[in-house]
Amino acid sequence: MSAVVAGASAPVSSAARRPRGGLLRAILGNRKAVAGASLLLLFILLAAFPHLFVPWLHGDPRAIGDVPLEGPSGKHWLGTTGLGQDVYAELIYSTRESLLIAVGAGAGATILSVLIGVSAAYLGGLADDGLSMLTDIFLVLPTFPLIIVLATYAGKGNLTVIIIVLILTGWSYGARQMRAQAMSLRNRDFLESARVRGERRSYIIVVEVLPTMLSLIVANFLGAALYSVLTAAGLQFLGLGDPNSLSWGTMLYWAQNQGALVNGLPAWALSPGLAVALLGVSFALLNYAFDEISNPALRPVRRRRAKANS
Amino acid sequence: MRYLIRRLGFFALTLWAAMTLNFFIPRMMPGSPEQALRDRFSKGGSVVTPEQLRTVLAEFGFDPGKNLMLQYVEYLKSMVTAHWGVSIGSSLGVPVTQLIGDALPWTLGLVGISTVLAFALGTLIGTIAGWRRGGLIDGIVPPVFIVTSALPYFWVALLLISLFAIGNNPVLPNDFNYDQGLSPGFNGEFIGSVIKHGILPAATILITAVGGWILTMRNNMVTTLAEDYVRMARAKGIPNRKIMFGYAGRNAFLPNLSGFAMSLGFVISGTILVEYVFNYPGLGYMFYNATVSTDYPLLQALFLLVTLAVLICVLLCDFAVFLLDPRARTKG
Repeated sequence: MSAVVAGASAPVSSAARRPRGGLLRAILGNRKAVAGASLLLLFILLAAFPHLFVPWLHGDPRAIGDVPLEGPSGKHWLGTTGLGQDVYAELIYSTRESLLIAVGAGAGATILSVLIGVSAAYLGGLADDGLSMLTDIFLVLPTFPLIIVLATYAGKGNLTVIIIVLILTGWSYGARQMRAQAMSLRNRDFLESARVRGERRSYIIVVEVLPTMLSLIVANFLGAALYSVLTAAGLQFLGLGDPNSLSWGTMLYWAQNQGALVNGLPAWALSPGLAVALLGVSFALLNYAFDEISNPALRPVRRRRAKANS
Repeated sequence: MRYLIRRLGFFALTLWAAMTLNFFIPRMMPGSPEQALRDRFSKGGSVVTPEQLRTVLAEFGFDPGKNLMLQYVEYLKSMVTAHWGVSIGSSLGVPVTQLIGDALPWTLGLVGISTVLAFALGTLIGTIAGWRRGGLIDGIVPPVFIVTSALPYFWVALLLISLFAIGNNPVLPNDFNYDQGLSPGFNGEFIGSVIKHGILPAATILITAVGGWILTMRNNMVTTLAEDYVRMARAKGIPNRKIMFGYAGRNAFLPNLSGFAMSLGFVISGTILVEYVFNYPGLGYMFYNATVSTDYPLLQALFLLVTLAVLICVLLCDFAVFLLDPRARTKG
C-alpha cells in the first residue's frame, strides 16, 4: 500500500449517510444536478432520434453537396464542410457515436474498477498488495501518450479499439476509491452479521456491499464517462480514430485538416468541440452534484449557515 | 524513512513497467515493426537494402532471430543508459536524444510554468472560496469551474485562436514558438516574441487545468473547516488569516498536493493536444509527429521520458508531503 491519498472529494464514509429513497428528490432539489441531467437528456434524445432534429434530411447526413466552405445560412445552419456537407446534420448524427463511446467506456471502466477495487479490499494480504500496486502503476502511467502509442501500433482505431483502450486506461482512479471505501466497510456490523449468518462471500459482496457503494459507483461512472468523452474526442481530433466515422472528434479532425478556422468558418471548427464540451459539462455537473448529495457538508450553504458558524 | 524507501521502490517499479510496456506493445501488435519500417522506407521512394534495414532494426533493438528475453535485457540496458537510437521518421538518422534535447526546453517552459501557475492559483482560489463558505466567491466558483474543468483542451485552444489570432486584426500569433524571422538569442526582441507566442497556449492550459484544483481544494477546505482544531483556534482568538492558511489551508493542501502529482498525466495529455493545435515545437508536438510518421525509436523514448517526468513529480510531491505532514513521517 502506498501513501498516495485519494482525493478528499470522495469521503470514504459518505455512503453511510446516503439518503435512502429520496434520491430522485435529492437530484431534483440540486440545481447542478438538474442542469446536468437536462443536458444529458437532450443528448440522449439527439442520439436516439437524430432524424427528428434534421427533418428535411433524407439519406446520408454526410452526403456531399454543391456548395463547399460556406458560412452559416438559413439552409445550412452551421455552414458546410470542404466537401459541401451540412455541418448541422453531421453534428446531430454524430451524437450517437460520441455518446456511445462515453457510456460504453465509462461503464466498462467502472465495472473494472469495482472488480479490482473491491476484490483488493476483500481478498486482502498478498492479492491486495499486488492489485493495489497495479492500480498505482496505472494511475501514474501517462495514459494519453499510452493510448496514442497503442492506437499507432494497432492501426487506425475503430470504435471497439477506442472503447477498449479507454477502458484499459481509465479504471485506475476509480479502483483506488472503490478499494478505500470497501476497506472502510469491511468491519461494519451489517457485514459482520452477514458473515455470522454464514452467507457466501459472493453473496455478501453482491447483495450487501455493492448497494452500499452505489453512490460512489455512480459518481465513478460519471467521472469515467467524462474522461472518455474528452479523451476519445482528443484521439479522433488527432486523426487516430476512424476518419470515416460520424462522431464529433472526427468532425473536428476534418475541420482542422481542411483549415476551417483559416477559411473563416468558426461555426464549423468550434461547434463539434462545443458539443463535446457540453456533454462533458453535463457529466461533470452530475458528478459534482452527486458529491454534494452524498456528502452534505459540501452542499451550498443556505439555511445551514447558523450551524456552520456555531 | 521506510516511507521514502517504499516510494523509491514504487518509482523504480513503475518505470520498469513503463519500459516493459514499451518493449512488448510493438511486439504484440499485429504487423511487425519490420514491416512498418519497410513500408515507411519504400514510401519515401528509396529502395532499402536488407542490410540497411537490419542496421536500423538493430538500432531499434529488434532482431527477429534473437531470443526475446535476450532482446528485452538489452533493450532495458540501452534505455537506462540513454542509448535511444536514431529517428526513423521525418528527421531520419538524427539521434533521438538530440531531437528531444531541442524540444524539451520549450515544453518545460510552457507546460511547466503554466501548470505550476494553474496549481498555485487554483489552490489559492479554492482556499478562499472554501473559507468564505456561502459567500459571493463561493457562489460563483463551483459552477464556473465545473464547466471549465470539463472543456476539452483542444477546443479551448481553437476558441482562443478564433478569438485572438484570426480575423481582421489578430492580436496574438497562433503558431510556433517565436517569429520565424528572428534568430534565437538573449535579446529583448527574441524574448518578447517567445512570450507573445506562449500566451495563448499557456492560457489554454491555465483555463482548463485550474478548475479541478480549485474544486478539490474548496472541498478539502470545507471538510477541514469542520474539524475541532479549527474551532479551537477560533475560540482562542487566533487571527482569521492565520487560521485560514496555517490551520485549515495547510491540512486541506495535503490531499491536493497528492492530487497534483496524479493529475499530471492528464495535463500532459492535454499538452499534446495544445501543442498540436498551436504547432508549438515541444515534446507533445513531437510525440504527435512521431505517431504520424511511425517513428518507433522516438515514440519509445518520448513515452519513457513522459513517464519519467510524471514519476519525478510524484516523487517530489511525496517528499513534500513527507516534509509537511508529520503523520506520513511517523506512520512509515
